[in-house]
Amino acid sequence: MDWGLILTNALEASIGADMVIYCLAAIGLNVHFGYAGLLNFGQAAFVAVAAYGLATMVATFGLSFWLGISVGLVAVIVLALLLGIPTLRLRADYLAIVTLAAAEIVRLTFRSVTLRDTFGGSDGLQGFADGFYRLNPYTVGIDLGPITFSERQSWGITIGWVLIILSSVLVWALMRSPWGRVLKGIREDEEAVRSLGKNVYSYKLQALLIGGLIGAMGGFVYALAQAAVQPDFTAPDFTFFAYTILILGGAARVLGPILGAAIFWGLLSLSDGVLRGAQSAYDVPEWLLGSTDAGAVRFMIVGLALMLLMIFRPQGILGDRKEIALDAR
Amino acid sequence: MHTKALTRRAVALGALLAVLGIFAGSAPAWAQDESSESVRGVLRFEREPVEGVLITVTTPDGTAVGTATSDGEGSWEVGVPEPGVYVATLDVTTLPEGIPGVEADSVETDVGSTQRKAVLFVLGEPGGGTVDPGEGLVGSTFSWDRVAQLTVEGLRFGVILALSALGLSMVFGTTGLTNFSHGELITFGAIAAWYLNDAGLPFLAATALAVTLGGLFGLAQDTVIWRPLRNRKTGLIAMMIVSIGLAVFLRYTYLYIFGGGRQSFREYTIQTGLEIGPVTLAPRDIASMVVAVVVLGLVVWALSSTRLGKATRAVSDNPALASASGIDVNQVIRAVWIGGAALAGLGGVLIGLSQQVEYQMGFKTLLLVFAAVILGGLGTIWGAIVGAMIVGLFIQLSTLVIPIELQNAGVLAVLIVVLLIRPQGVLGRRERVG
Repeated sequence: MDWGLILTNALEASIGADMVIYCLAAIGLNVHFGYAGLLNFGQAAFVAVAAYGLATMVATFGLSFWLGISVGLVAVIVLALLLGIPTLRLRADYLAIVTLAAAEIVRLTFRSVTLRDTFGGSDGLQGFADGFYRLNPYTVGIDLGPITFSERQSWGITIGWVLIILSSVLVWALMRSPWGRVLKGIREDEEAVRSLGKNVYSYKLQALLIGGLIGAMGGFVYALAQAAVQPDFTAPDFTFFAYTILILGGAARVLGPILGAAIFWGLLSLSDGVLRGAQSAYDVPEWLLGSTDAGAVRFMIVGLALMLLMIFRPQGILGDRKEIALDAR
Repeated sequence: MHTKALTRRAVALGALLAVLGIFAGSAPAWAQDESSESVRGVLRFEREPVEGVLITVTTPDGTAVGTATSDGEGSWEVGVPEPGVYVATLDVTTLPEGIPGVEADSVETDVGSTQRKAVLFVLGEPGGGTVDPGEGLVGSTFSWDRVAQLTVEGLRFGVILALSALGLSMVFGTTGLTNFSHGELITFGAIAAWYLNDAGLPFLAATALAVTLGGLFGLAQDTVIWRPLRNRKTGLIAMMIVSIGLAVFLRYTYLYIFGGGRQSFREYTIQTGLEIGPVTLAPRDIASMVVAVVVLGLVVWALSSTRLGKATRAVSDNPALASASGIDVNQVIRAVWIGGAALAGLGGVLIGLSQQVEYQMGFKTLLLVFAAVILGGLGTIWGAIVGAMIVGLFIQLSTLVIPIELQNAGVLAVLIVVLLIRPQGVLGRRERVG
């Protein structure tokens, strides 16, 4: 087993494009769930709508890159209003089901054969990222000792990390403002905040919108880093993994999603490398670990991790147990 | 289209059959690839399978998708990359001697999401033109025959869905848990039955044993996970997230054990549809409906008339009061887990019988089960059944007006609308859910 290579891959994964995408989605979820106590299980829809807004405008309608970005942002705002206005009055578990259902509607629509000319069916869309890569200032890739990224990857990851830092600073600033204190108050006791004359509903809608827009950044990074979008990327598991990341790192902490995403993707890559390495190095019998089983086993670990975290350490690594909104109702 | 007439003529010709949409066909081992959609069929002439016939699948504009040759059982299957319209063409030069020809050598068909669509080549006198068979459900043309067929399909799916919905609703009613891993109980039943069946047990025995195992699985879950969590006074939202973790864990465990392919049971996979008035149904679908209705009847009777059933409803109503009046709440919850998981397992077996077994089948059904339970009213017995019937009917009948691949999206949209205007569901008690 080549431990050097496995560790290098794990390190790359812990700062690479996938990590950035899930990290941004989790930062958005942190605003929803961590600070406002909203159980939004439709974060995948925000990512998908942003990515497809950009991809559709450029690939299908031949419009410019920046117009694509603007349409993606507008679409996310519309989605947040469409989703939020009717559902934010619902109890937590109902909200979870409705948002999950809404995300599935979005995915099935993008996947639809009927709309294939617009959204590309289950193949998705390609060929819309040229405008982004024309702006690429890198002529050689980033080289950090053992970790190297090509100049294309470097550009996507750089933009992604800039977005992570900007979003985190925004969340940090918002949450120490009076607005953020009201939001945390809603998480702790909605009625108390209402009795102080605050419009709880409006605050929740604003939180949904801001978290959704941060998630949309993840959608743009996804579309541009892969230079392709596919509908099934935003299946329900996307949101479930984003929750795992958030809870692992620590909800209601600015750095929680970043730490969580880095560990999540680092460990995912590490377990994959170890399992595949063991397969070739130690002659593991086929019934125990077949050639396609490594993918399944590492997601079994994810599921188990989510369960155990939630049971034994719901505050994750950085969080404070008292701050986690788990006893709504 | 003129599908029905054609099908009848084919029967009259005595030259049949390759049947039917999602309702038939064994899974040829060579078709287990990643893509879940395919076009397939069984070639038969005078009831004998026809081997060695080349079939080519293309897109409507003529781009080749794949080819297949019918095997010893006459079955063939070509994986297609995504849902959509495809044309299957039978190469008449490869037909064995003694078969005069095929009524239409080219068939256009509409493959829905995750559907393994069967197309029918009618072997017999050569005809011409393109026909559009399948289940007689294809295309967007409206006919009362089609409404009748879809209604029956909807009722069939509704009663099967009700089996799963009851378990979810009862667990919610007694413990307050919104169980996202309920779908994996459905898959568990189907996979357990498939392994037992594959190991040599007759299908019916395998089903009975799998349902029992499903009940034990529910008991184990309650004992190992949910009861300790209740005793720790874990919040309901935390429990819900634990159930999501459990769902992910179990789903990928099934992938690890069962693999990513689709499998059929050994028996009852190839059946000729029975025509009852305007409706065509495979005998096993009729049997599934009867079994589901009988079991639902038994459960409803048990809940309304037996001591345990009454205790269950009492706990659903008010756990503290039930406990104070001498009901052993933990025992009732244990019984609900056993019963609910067994019902879900049975639902899984019946879904697997008509749509094949795969590791994601329960997960894909989960949102429909949620929709059924919420439409009817969370925690109520009749509500779960009524909700499931509404979902079943809606999902089938909606294909009259919306594309088949969006039928699930349609149901979910209705779910959202219902939650907005009547959040307690059709039969639910008026209570605060917001």
